[in-house]
Amino acid sequence: MSSIVGGITTSHVPAIGGAIAKGLQSEPYWKPFFDGFIPVRQWLAEVKPDVAVVFYNDHGLNFFLDKMPTFAVGAAPEYRNADEGWGIPTLAPLAGHPAFSWHVIESLVDDEFDPVSCQEMLVDHALSLPMKLLWPDQACPLRVIPVCINTVQAPLPSAKRCYKLGQAVARAVQSWPGDEKVVMIGTGGLSHQLDGERAGFINKPFDLAFMRSLIAEPAWATQFSTHELVEKAGTQGIELLMWLATRAALPGAVTQLHTNYHIPISNTASGLMLMESQS
Amino acid sequence: MSKTRPEIPGTVIFDAAQAMKGYALNKMCFSFNDASNRKAFVADEDAYCARYGLTQVQREAIRSRNVLQLIAAGGNPYYLAKFAGIFGLDMQDIGAQQTGLSKDAFKAKLQAANEQC
Repeated sequence: MSSIVGGITTSHVPAIGGAIAKGLQSEPYWKPFFDGFIPVRQWLAEVKPDVAVVFYNDHGLNFFLDKMPTFAVGAAPEYRNADEGWGIPTLAPLAGHPAFSWHVIESLVDDEFDPVSCQEMLVDHALSLPMKLLWPDQACPLRVIPVCINTVQAPLPSAKRCYKLGQAVARAVQSWPGDEKVVMIGTGGLSHQLDGERAGFINKPFDLAFMRSLIAEPAWATQFSTHELVEKAGTQGIELLMWLATRAALPGAVTQLHTNYHIPISNTASGLMLMESQS
Repeated sequence: MSKTRPEIPGTVIFDAAQAMKGYALNKMCFSFNDASNRKAFVADEDAYCARYGLTQVQREAIRSRNVLQLIAAGGNPYYLAKFAGIFGLDMQDIGAQQTGLSKDAFKAKLQAANEQC
């Protein structure tokens, strides 16, 4: 039977891709961010998961407003990165696990979630950058199952719904007959807002309370509507929904093995957490 | 789309009304994922905008490179970021423009968020 070994949550920002392309990882501006990943890489090298379920949000690479799924699950043999409009070098493709993906999709539908299934899916910086951050010197050795959550167009799924999605994904993984070790990864947030007169909004106390809640009281953020979360975390800070789904996909209590929080990366308060399942 | 919620100052929620209003504009910005489309826009901006059927207000907002106007015209920040990329603008340039700050002042504002407690 497959096992859920832990969860990793991290921010994703296009500028990180620019910094990697230019080799700026040791510059004073970037070092506190990149160094945060060292303990997570060590954990991955020890635990050696086989599969990553990645909760992320597309930023208009794969999905446009013509068809905007609330939840979409990748079922492709390979996921390619592509130009998102800035012409920075694209990142390596990621290997998929179609059989496992279809099992997740079937299990979710049985569980009254109805995701869009994607046999072809371009993945943007939200999925490809965290993999590069976690495996900077080699191709990602894991096979991935992307789970895309809409944060582009309201109505967005509620925090409560995303939490339940995470729990349903955990049930799907636990009912897969294979013996793969699975790590849950969530990418996005933390507080930031790119648009409007409120651009540059960051809410450090809320971010830190949210990070603490994932360990101590994981469903804490489900008390808020998405509108309230936008108010507290910014229009793009709502990407914290990925973190919430990831935490909900870790059954039972978790131990926090590592955390990093750094302001700013680009316009974003960047966060990183490594959680291990206690069972 | 009929639900009313308390307004968040300086924030436009990209909801159904915005999605309908901004469709042509966002569709054009989505096309900028492709480098050849970015080139075509730069080569003949009028023709490119005409191809996507932008409204006059959207056309003006594109012409003026004004992000607040683009948002008011239905632009979604994720797609507008691709438009900004054509001009090599980063998120601090965009933030500075929208908040009326210099780029240095905007960066200082971000940095100052460290003092929040």
